[in-house]
Amino acid sequence: MASRRKIIVAVTFLLSLHGAILLAGFVAPQDPAAQNRDFPFVPPTRLHFVGAGGRIHLRPFVYSWVARPDGLYQYEESREHEFPVHLFVPGPRYQIAGVFTSHTHLFGVERPAQLFLAGTDNYGRDQFSRILFGGQISLAAGLLATAISLFLGLCMGCVSGFYGKWMDESAMRLAELFLVLPWLYLLLAVRSFLPLHVSSGQTFLLLVAVIGTVGWARPARLIRGVVLSSRSRKYVLASRGFGASNAYILRRHVLPHTYGILLTQAALLVPQYVIAEVTLSFFGLGLSEPMPSWGSLLASLQQYNVLVSYWWMFAPAIALVLVTIGYLSVANAFHQQLQSDSI
Amino acid sequence: MKYLERRVVHGMLLLIAVSILCFLFADLAPGSFFDEMKLNPQISSETVAALRSQYGLDQPLPVRYGRWVKSVLRGDLGYSFAYNTPVRSLLVIRARNTLLLTTSATLVAWLIAIPLGVWIASRSGGWEERLAMAGTSFFLSVPELVVALVLLYWVVRTHALPAGGMMSVDFDDLGAWAKLCDLAAHFVVPVTVLVLASLPILIRHVRASMVEVLGAQFIQAARGHGIGRLRILFHYALPVAANPLISLFGLSLAGLLSSSLLVEVVMGWPGLGPLLLEASISRDVYVVVGAVMASTLFMILGGILADVMLVVVDPRVRVE
Repeated sequence: MASRRKIIVAVTFLLSLHGAILLAGFVAPQDPAAQNRDFPFVPPTRLHFVGAGGRIHLRPFVYSWVARPDGLYQYEESREHEFPVHLFVPGPRYQIAGVFTSHTHLFGVERPAQLFLAGTDNYGRDQFSRILFGGQISLAAGLLATAISLFLGLCMGCVSGFYGKWMDESAMRLAELFLVLPWLYLLLAVRSFLPLHVSSGQTFLLLVAVIGTVGWARPARLIRGVVLSSRSRKYVLASRGFGASNAYILRRHVLPHTYGILLTQAALLVPQYVIAEVTLSFFGLGLSEPMPSWGSLLASLQQYNVLVSYWWMFAPAIALVLVTIGYLSVANAFHQQLQSDSI
Repeated sequence: MKYLERRVVHGMLLLIAVSILCFLFADLAPGSFFDEMKLNPQISSETVAALRSQYGLDQPLPVRYGRWVKSVLRGDLGYSFAYNTPVRSLLVIRARNTLLLTTSATLVAWLIAIPLGVWIASRSGGWEERLAMAGTSFFLSVPELVVALVLLYWVVRTHALPAGGMMSVDFDDLGAWAKLCDLAAHFVVPVTVLVLASLPILIRHVRASMVEVLGAQFIQAARGHGIGRLRILFHYALPVAANPLISLFGLSLAGLLSSSLLVEVVMGWPGLGPLLLEASISRDVYVVVGAVMASTLFMILGGILADVMLVVVDPRVRVE
């Protein structure tokens, strides 16, 4: 039962992360593409609870940043006005899932103060909002690529496990070929053969296809093992005796056994593929400006001055680590559940 | 020995298959290195066509593959368009640097993982185990890219160690001892990233296989005879637990090479990584193929090494 509780905790954590990223427009206080050319590289806005004269506020408030005249990209808080943080405030228009349009944001402050929870980048764009919107792209890439990998793995695994003989032999040799190559080398090699200068939508699809295709071998092997063991069960023999077709047996008796592995593999593959997208975009082979993804956001750290001076540009890495922790703990809990089920 | 021969032949076949796969992929891809030239109004389309035919890019796939194999047999490993030299001259030094980095990282990682894993296994059920589990799961969740960037940030801020590259600018003027120190200082940061990336998995596996062995009856018997704790752990239990760990060594190389590529690019280590990345961006096909083949070769050699170690360590494998 302990593992069931673990699953619930981990899945809830993961769902809330995904919820926040899916509802990025609502959660983010700002438009991710809106530039504030007067405020490049602003540090994260501080939330205050103690106001002027030592009065304690229950509702946090912020001060607005003003550029210091003495330095480039140096800011200080102007203590004249306090801007309390309100819930459900009107702000820039946004769309959720391309369907709902709204003005209401989860939280925000009144103008002229602005809320930069994770600072701003070189164009003065709100880093926190960009992380949320970039998460949509990074996570979508990870999820789609996982779907491709699992689909390919399921097909190859079922075919080679169920039909056996030369099909099994050739499929598993091919899988070995993909497994022996270090994945990043393989990814770069495959990416290098594909066109570099295409529109960002095409790049996204290309990236997803490459990442998903490269990783089919491991799930295929695992699924083949499950299919192989369930193929020789007695009930399969019995239903064959009743005249069941191969397709029927696969669907009715073999596939249900693979669900556990599929789920665990999915939970393991998604963070891996999100990291793959981030890595490729970081290298400049994936998504790039103006499309925010965690990789293209982190890519700004390749500039020396950004790396050294603006620590808040590391914020996308925190989001990446949170997602990875979430998925890995779900995979862990699934794995434990699977093992306790099979005993 | 017959087994070893079979492994070597198998490895060769694998290399050939990988090369064919590379060429197939490259053939499917639209465009080539010289496409960028077509955009340049200064270069006539005849020149581009002449260059293409000079490098044999207008030939059908089997012919190109045949030429490449011939060039491999000659030791050239194909021709780089961007550098205008045979690929071998680019690849050998880069491969050596990558190998230096990965082998030292592997050595350090195992030297830490074995004692630590054994110690955690000997404290099974205690707070040490829980701490180790929490620590390893945290480090499992932090991607190498993030580890590398954070370390780079720290190094650049504190100037504690050289960040990036493999040697200082004035390397050639240094004495022998200073050269060694300089190299060692440059090794620290990339090796640390690689060790942090591979350590959690190693520790977990060492712990798991040790816990299994420590529960066996012969350990209890040894304990009953009054043999010391350390001697039981390292002399009696560890050799028995070594078997799956050696297999893990062979398997973990793929992950290590991938992390190494990343670290090399981020830290500017002159290994295969930056070369492959550059070649992928400029579509220098033969360099890409060469780098991929080199990484495959490392993997296969690592696998064979693991098998040899298994034969040395485990008498049962020898009998089979």
